[in-house]
Amino acid sequence: MEKQFSPEKKGSEVIVVTSGKGGVGKTTTTANVGTGLAKLGKKVCLIDTDIGLRNLDVVMGLENRIVYNLVDVVEGNCRVKQALIRDKRHPGLYLMPSAQTRDKTAVSPGQMVKVIEHLKEQFDYVILDCPAGIEQGFQNAIAGANRALVVTTPEVSAIRDADRIIGLLEANGFKQMDLIINRLRMDMVRRGDMMSANDVVDILAIPLIGVIPDDESVVVATNQGEPLVGSSSPAGQAYANVVHRVEGREVPYLNFDRGISFWTRVTGIFHKA
Amino acid sequence: MRHFFRRKSSCQIAKDRLKILLISDRVNCSPEIMELIKTDIAKVLSKYMKIDSENMEIQINTKGSKSGRGKMPSLYANIPIMDVSAQDVAK
Repeated sequence: MEKQFSPEKKGSEVIVVTSGKGGVGKTTTTANVGTGLAKLGKKVCLIDTDIGLRNLDVVMGLENRIVYNLVDVVEGNCRVKQALIRDKRHPGLYLMPSAQTRDKTAVSPGQMVKVIEHLKEQFDYVILDCPAGIEQGFQNAIAGANRALVVTTPEVSAIRDADRIIGLLEANGFKQMDLIINRLRMDMVRRGDMMSANDVVDILAIPLIGVIPDDESVVVATNQGEPLVGSSSPAGQAYANVVHRVEGREVPYLNFDRGISFWTRVTGIFHKA
Repeated sequence: MRHFFRRKSSCQIAKDRLKILLISDRVNCSPEIMELIKTDIAKVLSKYMKIDSENMEIQINTKGSKSGRGKMPSLYANIPIMDVSAQDVAK
């Protein structure tokens, strides 16, 4: 299953967002990176590949508009175009939802490749939200992709799973894998109770493409069904930077070290000892 | 004040645990397999020299050559030789 990167079709990239462990922010990352790229004027198609446990539709706030889904497309119940939900807030942004009442065996990697080949002709970016785990759902999600965003949090369990996923992506011929470190808490890093972004990059040894601070506004945004990319919140800015880096631009990393009080500094000294 | 006496930060502990964990994950090598490798190496070497198989140790770490994803794991063996000239054992 060697993935080929075609330079002549530079704009059309198929990116899988994956992590191994569940609950680290794959869906949030897919929603925000996709929305961010659409805000830059790109044509973006998001695909939820988590059959049976779909989530991307609610995070995007498009759950009430689903008629057909990925499984319908694969089984020939509808045309690809009919299953695409247009996000009215952002021109060029579309979502293909997954089926809620089926399981992972409803789609095969070969069928995914066919659907993606079709979408590549019309979109600059096809972004796949991968389910947790390394079973068939994962195989389906990576089948048609040529690039991966590996999401992790600075925790032992998430990093271990990310390492496993990176190994599997390498074995499947992926050349471009970039790391997103989610839910970083600078206050904890400072007092030595959380691995820093550098620590995580050292361990996983793939290029870093984004550091997202732990931010309450992510929860608020999910409640509202509106991705926060580009907003003034720390996570919104961090995601906006990820979007630019996905496009290949160099953007300096944000400094989340704002507003450290005198007292935090003093207690920090004691914690270091 | 008890923080003064805390030896390692939890961040350091996490890094140390991950280093060990990921090596065995990447190599996909259980302690039983390691033990088999060790006895096999001892068997082969003792054809040519007298080794102290009681005190030999082998381990896999990532200090090896840089290729692929940063660090390639490599196998280190520390095998005390008791008599190098014991080549007659071979034939």
